[in-house]
Amino acid sequence: MIVIIDCGIGNVGSVAHALEYLGGKYFISGNRKDFESADALVLPGVGAFPAGMKNLREFGLVDEMEKQVLINKKPFMGICLGMQLLASDSTEGGFNTGLGWIEGHVISLSPEGNLRVPHVGWNDVKFDRSSCFSHNIDENAHFYFDHSFHLQCDKSLAIATCEYGGTLVAAIQRENIFATQFHPEKSQRNGLKVLRNFLNFVGKH
Amino acid sequence: MLKARIVAILIVKGEIVVQSINFKQFLPVGSPSIAVDYLNSWGVDEIAIIDIDATPGKRNPRFDHISEYSKYCQVPLSVGGGIKNVDDIKRAVHIGADKVVINTAAVKYPRLISESAGLFGNQCIIVSMDVRKVSKKKYEVYINSGNVSTGYSPADLAKRSEELGAGEILLTSIDRDGTKKGYDLELIGQVLNVVNIPVIACGGVGHPQHFLDAINMGVSAVAAANFYHYSEHSVTTIKSYLKAAGANIRLDSYATYNEFAFDRLGRPRKKDDIFLEKLHVEYIPEEII
Repeated sequence: MIVIIDCGIGNVGSVAHALEYLGGKYFISGNRKDFESADALVLPGVGAFPAGMKNLREFGLVDEMEKQVLINKKPFMGICLGMQLLASDSTEGGFNTGLGWIEGHVISLSPEGNLRVPHVGWNDVKFDRSSCFSHNIDENAHFYFDHSFHLQCDKSLAIATCEYGGTLVAAIQRENIFATQFHPEKSQRNGLKVLRNFLNFVGKH
Repeated sequence: MLKARIVAILIVKGEIVVQSINFKQFLPVGSPSIAVDYLNSWGVDEIAIIDIDATPGKRNPRFDHISEYSKYCQVPLSVGGGIKNVDDIKRAVHIGADKVVINTAAVKYPRLISESAGLFGNQCIIVSMDVRKVSKKKYEVYINSGNVSTGYSPADLAKRSEELGAGEILLTSIDRDGTKKGYDLELIGQVLNVVNIPVIACGGVGHPQHFLDAINMGVSAVAAANFYHYSEHSVTTIKSYLKAAGANIRLDSYATYNEFAFDRLGRPRKKDDIFLEKLHVEYIPEEII
């Protein structure tokens, strides 16, 4: 059973529909008690960084997430804001600290060449072909992005990148923690393949 | 490289999708769920569903319907119509929307834009502007499904919305709506010049070339509503036309209509008889994910 973490904001409905399409068993919950029995946790995106952090803290979810992901090493997937919240800090809406699971900073997009911000739409993603999350995905497959801020972290953590007036981190992985800046639940077949790869990752874990 | 998005707008009146002409006449098309399912499988880049009865009827958005439509939508789903507070947005995003479209409320309660952007991020908030040409050079924004004038010029309202925290502008020409004459490029130019957020052009598409005209001006996305109805694989054939013309778009669907010629209306032309004579059927099994 995969628990889709509901922290009051976030497009949990869309993530649920995508997992349902793939036949994945899921449960939407904002209650820490449900995390113990979960095989894996998914933290969906859509939201502002300070609001996301505030809700995770107020709902009392941070300790339990850390216990399940950092100590029990359950597979975790963050999507969009769900990836950014893993960082040490963010400048969205003022300086705020994040979960700090990944050493990195979230800063506003300032693409070269006067490109428009937010970065909205389908962009080519270059995966590290050795990553299990790139299985079955074509070179330069398109994924849907929608963000104004982006994660800066050590290159060794990035397993996928995209170009938007500079190179952006599109996905990261460290052990059992996987996260994407794009929305796999909204990227048609390519996105569903990434989610399938995550389900397989959970199955093998 | 970021692709220009081909967006489908579904105008919902009562409980069915309609074609709108100048925001005045409405022709019935059919079930929104089926329309979403088809557009999704034809490879559209984004779908926006606008319930045009909600605000004039002083009604809430139909959340149970949004959840139903969302099941068929594996591309971003934006919903609009009747959204007037943060709770409406929270509920819509929770049950299956990815972004919300705010029109009347963006003018009446500008604080809603900043408040909701503070919670959901500006990328979640699309401000929609329905615009009428009121004199030779002057445009004005209308709200309440095009019924009430606001006194705002589209450039001013777009700029103000961006400052408040809007993430995109959906710009619709009421005069071009349903006319098939092409986008109002002058209007698009006025808004593109004053904002740095993505602009989605809408209103008047009657030929795939019209999409290209707006893409070449620099819009991030091109939207249409009526133009997708009544023909099979409409999204795919439009994208094939745009790709052949050199546009930077996404064409990922099973059928691609590559190497098709197009007639003067922008429809794929019948292949010649010799080609058809030699045609054989190939079975391509659907990829299992």
